[in-house]
Amino acid sequence: MPIQYYIALSATLFCIGIVGVLTRRNAIVIFMCIELMLNAVNLLLVAFSKMQPVAAATNTAARNAANVGIDGQIFVFFIMVVAAAEVSVGLAIIVMMYRNTHSVDVNFLNRLKN
Amino acid sequence: MNAIILSVIIGVVMMFCSVFVPNKNSYRHIASIGLVLLLAGNIAEMHGFSLFHINTKGMLSYDNFGLFFNTIAIASTLIYVLLSGRDIQKIGTYVAEYFVLIFFVLCGIAILSSYNNLLMLFLGIEILSIPLYILTGSDKRNMMSNEAALKYLLMGSFSTGLMLMGIALIYGATGSFNIEVIHAASPQQGANGMSELSVSFLEIMGMLLLMVSIGFKVSAAPFHFWTPDVYDGAPAVITSFMATIVKVAGFIAFIKLFDARMLGTSVETNKLIGVDWKLLFAIIIICTLLVGNVTAVFQQSVKRMLAYSSIAQAGFMLFALFSMNDVAKEGILVYSVAYSLATIGIFAILVKMKDFTFEGYNGLGKTQPVLAFTNTIFLLSLAGIPLTAGFFAKFFMLESAIKTGTYLWLVIAAVVFAAISVYYYFRVIQAMYFKAGDAAVVEAPTMSFKIGLLLLAAIIIYFGIFPQALLSWFYF
Repeated sequence: MPIQYYIALSATLFCIGIVGVLTRRNAIVIFMCIELMLNAVNLLLVAFSKMQPVAAATNTAARNAANVGIDGQIFVFFIMVVAAAEVSVGLAIIVMMYRNTHSVDVNFLNRLKN
Repeated sequence: MNAIILSVIIGVVMMFCSVFVPNKNSYRHIASIGLVLLLAGNIAEMHGFSLFHINTKGMLSYDNFGLFFNTIAIASTLIYVLLSGRDIQKIGTYVAEYFVLIFFVLCGIAILSSYNNLLMLFLGIEILSIPLYILTGSDKRNMMSNEAALKYLLMGSFSTGLMLMGIALIYGATGSFNIEVIHAASPQQGANGMSELSVSFLEIMGMLLLMVSIGFKVSAAPFHFWTPDVYDGAPAVITSFMATIVKVAGFIAFIKLFDARMLGTSVETNKLIGVDWKLLFAIIIICTLLVGNVTAVFQQSVKRMLAYSSIAQAGFMLFALFSMNDVAKEGILVYSVAYSLATIGIFAILVKMKDFTFEGYNGLGKTQPVLAFTNTIFLLSLAGIPLTAGFFAKFFMLESAIKTGTYLWLVIAAVVFAAISVYYYFRVIQAMYFKAGDAAVVEAPTMSFKIGLLLLAAIIIYFGIFPQALLSWFYF
């Protein structure tokens, strides 16, 4: 399959994520949309890393390296780990806010706009 | 390498201290000792003595610039902990953990000052940000702090998403995460069924997304809107750390990235499709200076004014990206010292105040002469008055822009905005000396705190008279 399909798919997912972050009002849904953005990136990275050997096939210098394009897949693992760390901190913050306001609606976040 | 590993080790050691050391007052002393060790380790590395030899396959590279910036960041943190350590203790019950998180932020800064690979840029930004989300919300019972933490978290992760998309696109275009561009590879990408045009389009989109995302972190103008709320809501001691050391680290990451990547995607080299980075940065600088300075004039709270002033200062620091020459690199070092030290001092005094509004400062010159005097010097330095470090910081930035020979109107506009900034900084000075009132402090400042403030003011004036002293450390 040509790379363009993957680019189009992950760009679409990414844009859905961005629109969700900007329009939704529930903190947890916003968080899910951010995860969607990260997963769109993961998909794109894996697609690109599979395509690298194809690109390298015409490049004599890189042809001999057995693991061409593997670093894109490694990056995906890093994104997953960091996203997990971010979610654990994020959910803790959301819980902390819920304890004080009994709501996870970000419309409540206007106390600082005095 | 010393700074990265030592900061984590000291952080973990401090975590254990929170279990085994019952006396809460000792945590800040342990943190100060840790910071001194970290500083010693980093200075040793500057002289070629490295404790650890780890082959990172070129993912991290240690040059003089990054290491010197590390020294600045660690030294500023040391000053910050010495001045405000007592106030960090007062945020909440988990005292040791606040210091631990500060050490982890320093680890992120050390990575950001030495990365040579986009993976390390991403990890550095995250290691820097995640502890900060926690620190922002560390005042758990306070709704403002909660709100600031949530807002910071949502904005921070959003910008991380943008950054990752940018990195993925650059990877697709160049086939590598290295920040040193390997353009030899990209024409071969035609095998993917992508034309050369679409390859450079991908790379440019990637660079723009990276610019937006780091712009979020350093609060450059169209992406600044979270800054006042977060800086206002976070506990004041934490704001001091966020607004100074962390923000400057963001600029170092920004400069390292664009130093390596800017030319390949600019109109000068890529006639077919390229970005006029100079014009783009000029627009961002103007927006940042406009928003920061004009909004700061209308603030009632000094804390919120300082948040907007930090946006305005970011506008000046963006000049380094605009001109991107040797003067700019020297300038950002001088700027980071001048800005960090002065802002740390102002916040250290702000934390002691009962009332954060301008009226709260009325008559401070009578009740607390030392605090008022040093605060005046810090404010003068931020405003860029000669004989303070802030003057030479601004001078270097504008000089670097003049050296590029274009966009002279930008320099003139910056000078005008610097003049506007004098208004709101002097409002504090006026309140302290020329308005009647009894400015109340939370508790009488100790003798050592006053001496610390005086020393900090002396350092600022010293660098204001001999700015070359700083740069000669950099070169020798």
